[in-house]
Amino acid sequence: MSLFKQIGAVTAMNLQNVPSRLGTSLVIVVGIAGVVGVLISVLAMALGFSAALDHTGRADRAIVMRGGSTSELGSTISRENALTILDAPGVRKTADGKPVGSADELVIVGLPQKGSATGVNVTLRGIGPEGLATHPEIRLIAGRMFQPAVREVVVGKSAAAQFQGLEVGSHIAFRDSDWTVVGMFESGGDAHESEMLADAETVMSAYRRNLFESVTVLLDDAAAFDGFKAALTTNPTLSVDVEREPAYYAAMSATLQKMLFFIAYVVGGIMAVGALFGALNTMYSAVSTRAVEIATLRALGFGAAPVVISVFVEALLLSFVGGAIGAALAWFFFNGNAANTLSGNFTQLVFHLTIGPGIILLGIAWACAIGMVGSLFPAIRAARLPIAVVLRAG
Amino acid sequence: MKFLPLVWAGLWRKRTRTFFTLLSILIAFLLFGMLQGTNAAFSRGVDAANVNRLVTVSRISFTEPLPYADLAQIEALPGVDHVAFASWFGAYYQDPKQFIFSFPVDPERYFNLYPEFKLPKEQLDTWKRTRTGVVIGIGLAHKYGWKIGDRVPLHSTIWTKPDGTSDWDFDVVGIYEDPQDAGQENAFFINHAYFDEARAFGKGTIGWYIVRIKDPTTAVATGEAIDKLFLNSQDETKTQTEKEFQQSFIKQMGDINFIVTAILGAVFFTLLFLTGNTMMQSLRERVPELAVLKTLGFTDGGVLMLVLAECLVLCVIAAALGLAAAAALFPMLKDVVGIVNLPLEVVGLGIGVAVLLALVTGLPPAWRAMRLNIVDALAGR
Repeated sequence: MSLFKQIGAVTAMNLQNVPSRLGTSLVIVVGIAGVVGVLISVLAMALGFSAALDHTGRADRAIVMRGGSTSELGSTISRENALTILDAPGVRKTADGKPVGSADELVIVGLPQKGSATGVNVTLRGIGPEGLATHPEIRLIAGRMFQPAVREVVVGKSAAAQFQGLEVGSHIAFRDSDWTVVGMFESGGDAHESEMLADAETVMSAYRRNLFESVTVLLDDAAAFDGFKAALTTNPTLSVDVEREPAYYAAMSATLQKMLFFIAYVVGGIMAVGALFGALNTMYSAVSTRAVEIATLRALGFGAAPVVISVFVEALLLSFVGGAIGAALAWFFFNGNAANTLSGNFTQLVFHLTIGPGIILLGIAWACAIGMVGSLFPAIRAARLPIAVVLRAG
Repeated sequence: MKFLPLVWAGLWRKRTRTFFTLLSILIAFLLFGMLQGTNAAFSRGVDAANVNRLVTVSRISFTEPLPYADLAQIEALPGVDHVAFASWFGAYYQDPKQFIFSFPVDPERYFNLYPEFKLPKEQLDTWKRTRTGVVIGIGLAHKYGWKIGDRVPLHSTIWTKPDGTSDWDFDVVGIYEDPQDAGQENAFFINHAYFDEARAFGKGTIGWYIVRIKDPTTAVATGEAIDKLFLNSQDETKTQTEKEFQQSFIKQMGDINFIVTAILGAVFFTLLFLTGNTMMQSLRERVPELAVLKTLGFTDGGVLMLVLAECLVLCVIAAALGLAAAAALFPMLKDVVGIVNLPLEVVGLGIGVAVLLALVTGLPPAWRAMRLNIVDALAGR
């Protein structure tokens, strides 16, 4: 019999017998399902979080904050400075010659999260007259846009879903008056969808402020950034930091993202080691259950390789099933779920857990790796079983 | 106790299997220690919160400033013993990654309100006289090697001086300790008088008030009385007990806390399955042995206890080793969780969970061992 035929025969026979060892086989399946489920869920969280921030911003948009400020909330920009920034070279102009940019006024509003009584920080962003032109990705999906000089806000889709009392038509009481929610917008799942938008001057008068937090401008094109930055940083009346929007949001997400990846790989790794011991146990006991069978095969003239391969295939198959179950559970429970947490501006960011083919493949790869390593030593033992001794004892 | 050698021998009957089971339980408890320890560290602030301290913040959000003038009004309320305030300075040292928890405060008022912060009297007096003086926690002092007399430059991400710069120089004049909680020894307290005079904007405002009340049972009433003072003013307030205030901070972390619980759930479910399976398997192989024990006169209950004890010894040893490993690794998380040692209550809880795990996984096989019929078992039926 050729080697391949032998392998096929022994492996098929072994797999047919797996149901009789169901209990111990389940240890591999359940153990690996646990590892893969946790790994995939936490990675989905990390990826969803960075996706929300990565989608924010485009290369031809720049954000200007006071020099040394790490986030918009800590920054201040005076009115004169805001005008200087908007008039800088490289800023795109509207048909009637106005700069396409917005001096933003950022305030924090405490709103209860759905299903809880305690307030969390939600961003209310006041945008300038050209604010919507600066952010063309913002699209109304319900109601209408806010009017300047009236206390009206439009809310992001994610914010409306995650926090209480943000339905179109409802009133929010903050800063000694009622604000009406007049519309809801979406902006491609970016960070602004966790925010509320209103007119900057209205917000400033309500909060009695006269300093902006940041200025966002749309540039002629992505290459205009360097000229724009140089013009601002060499201007002696200004002391500002200029960043491309994607760079700013990437920096903001870096810490939490790093932490989530750390949790995913460290916790996942430690769990994988635990599951590995489970797999070793299962495969050793599978080999010892099969001892007589293996010895008989060897006595009949089967080689060691088919036996080793049958052990490998069994382990791989079981781990694959475990990995698939873990991935399916994670997908079933978490895919598309909205979660929110504190982000760089000390305000809430809503993000969606996304379980894509990439991380599912990664999870299955981990599963198969655990199965491979876990069956290595048992397979060696199977190949080295002393035939005569086993047959005599059996 | 005299059966311990028997339990021990039964446990090591299949060396490799017991060893691997031991290792996987060990790993689970290593994770338990690390995750639960982190959780406990985050909620520690809440437990340490003082019952007779209230925190008054702006109703809109605690990042909105409150007028300094509110102080006298709050202090005049009956039931209020003492009032202090603090602001958020939002600064880092040299590199944005080296964030410093810095607060401008009134020295006398603040340290009076926090008697748990131990600061030598003469250092407090020097601080009151030194405008640019700061008092820092001993943990912070060790971290950066700062000592009394050092000049420390901080870069505030919020506050500028009138000349537009955000760099502030301070002189370390005192170092405080908090013997109860090393996590509190990382603050950097600035003289509010100097800060208020030197900042470019926001003069005359503070971040939040801390109010000590005479009688803890009047917390709710006093809190309402404070909020009533400023009702319909431009700066309405929200007063909570210190505990509620700190809980609201933790809640802001939102769904991150959920991950920890979910992971632990997954780990323990997996483990339960694994250990339970090993115990069942080990029992199946030993049915004739147990029958012999019964023949020798072991009672049904005795056999039950024997099997349970085996499971218990395995789980508790593995858990103890896992928790010890977690305790050894925990200091690596110091910068994340702020405390150095694995909290003792986590160790206690871990051992408790181990016992529970042993009972849950050991009971089914132990029950089967108890019900074993000697004749059938010996005959191999």
